[in-house]
Amino acid sequence: MKILLGGTASDSHTWNLVYLQLFLGELGHEVVGLGPCVDAEELADACRRHAPDAVVLSSVNGHGYRDGLAAVRRLRAEPALAALPVVIGGKLGVAGRPQETEAARLLEAGCDAVLGDGDLDALRDFLAVRVRGGVPA
Amino acid sequence: MTARRASFGAFVAASADAGRLVVQPRMGFADPRRMRAGLERTRAATATTAGTLTVDSYTRVGDLAAARAAVADGARLNGYPIATHPAAVTRALLEGLLDDGFPVQVRHGSARPEAIVRALTAAGLDATEGGPVSYCLPYGRTPLRRSVAAWARACELLAGTARPGAVPHVESFGGCLLGQLCPPGLLVALSVLECLFFVQHGIRSVSLSYAQQTHPGQDEEAVRALRRLAAEFLPAGVDHHVVLYTYMGVYPRTPHGATRLLEASARLAVRSGAGRLIVKTTAEAHRIPTVEENVRALETAAAAAALAGAPAAPAGPDGDGGEVLEEARTLVETVLDLDADLSRSLPAAFERGLLDVPFCLHPDNPGRSRGLVDPAGRLRWAATGAMPIRADTTVAAPLTADGLLAALHHVARRYDLPHPGPEDGHGRPPAARPAVRPAPSFGPAPASSPT
Repeated sequence: MKILLGGTASDSHTWNLVYLQLFLGELGHEVVGLGPCVDAEELADACRRHAPDAVVLSSVNGHGYRDGLAAVRRLRAEPALAALPVVIGGKLGVAGRPQETEAARLLEAGCDAVLGDGDLDALRDFLAVRVRGGVPA
Repeated sequence: MTARRASFGAFVAASADAGRLVVQPRMGFADPRRMRAGLERTRAATATTAGTLTVDSYTRVGDLAAARAAVADGARLNGYPIATHPAAVTRALLEGLLDDGFPVQVRHGSARPEAIVRALTAAGLDATEGGPVSYCLPYGRTPLRRSVAAWARACELLAGTARPGAVPHVESFGGCLLGQLCPPGLLVALSVLECLFFVQHGIRSVSLSYAQQTHPGQDEEAVRALRRLAAEFLPAGVDHHVVLYTYMGVYPRTPHGATRLLEASARLAVRSGAGRLIVKTTAEAHRIPTVEENVRALETAAAAAALAGAPAAPAGPDGDGGEVLEEARTLVETVLDLDADLSRSLPAAFERGLLDVPFCLHPDNPGRSRGLVDPAGRLRWAATGAMPIRADTTVAAPLTADGLLAALHHVARRYDLPHPGPEDGHGRPPAARPAVRPAPSFGPAPASSPT
């Protein structure tokens, strides 16, 4: 499947994205890498331009919950992108541990999955389900 | 300001004359009281310290509205929003802390730093860092030409509006780039080129950076090359020193590994003649460090530096400098041959592929170069694209996710082993891959946080 991969708006980290691009490519996916610091508007533009099957956002700078929320809200505000699978993962807060409330807000806003740091198996499974059976409701 | 204050560069020079390595943390909190407490603790550490005000990522990317909203929400930010808090608040948090023996530098990571420079000068500060290439290509989406123009204005602003008698200081982040897997020749060249750029825009005190890499011998060669090229290329009368960054890649996860890597960087700083060291903490692999962890890192580094003996003489690096010097000199001269005005030649060099940062995803980076760690632990070029330097084709292998991960974790894995080698984990065969592969993060652990 075609995957749009990017960092979150205020996150300048790159190695997570370089690694994920290789990892997803080796799983047989076509990856469009947007690089770091993708704000919500740029993400929505890229979704329209590339028509991906899923969006993978990676963030490790501690603003992921906040930036991810803005990103997924922006995508869901657009009817054409309302059902596009979106997954976010990484080090999403500054506390160094997952924050349940923040993760729940991301899911409520329309994120399909919120993954912890290192959850590559979960990412692979998330994408595999969508390759086999289309997007679950 | 009540107390007399030496400029940042003069403070480092005086410390070097006294045989002391200046150590400095990365530290930033949204709350001015916490920020002040962090600076107080830095100042009180048993070490020769400079203070740091690290700016948050919203301010870094120029989204001041988001920074304001986060402050209004009481959200925890990853740094001090210097352009959001009123100048009086920043001045008050610095009052009584800044003096002759304690300069404070603003570290940020912005490709468009004018607002940050305006805010720091308004607060009575005059030292910062970054660069038109090093804070653009590796860390965002700002077009390189826009970053170059913004940095030119920011340098001129800083040179023109700092308090009377001050000598504003700018440190190049060119010696870090993506933090790892970039062979040292390019790091050294970009540090020199960015410092020349600062000087072309009115700055008279600069520091050239180099981030500790994978091999202590190669690193020493690189710092000496940096000092030699700085002496050759910077105009007479421009104050300068070398600042070393403790390893900026994936950091050891164990306390002993993290501490040993920090100590190795302090010894490297001393034997190669760097004047200042920016430290990493034992928390680095896990999260943003606390003030306590930062103070411990400063004191550990200072103790290791003191035990290593007197710093190398500030002038006259020995020997012919070797391969790093040769590569760096070729790159610097190639860029200057395009145009002596670096605001034109830096973007032109990237356009033509004469400079090419390995693994950098920025649209203005050619993206044809690649670095690797060779079996002896040295960084080498697997591909150089159109740069005027040669790749070592004997060591290159196709790039895979696992291969990248192993290279990114090379240093962490070595230092996390229970028993160190004789010097900095070297002088013995390279460590075998552990049975359990290093835990990858959703991406690998935060490699190089900017600043």
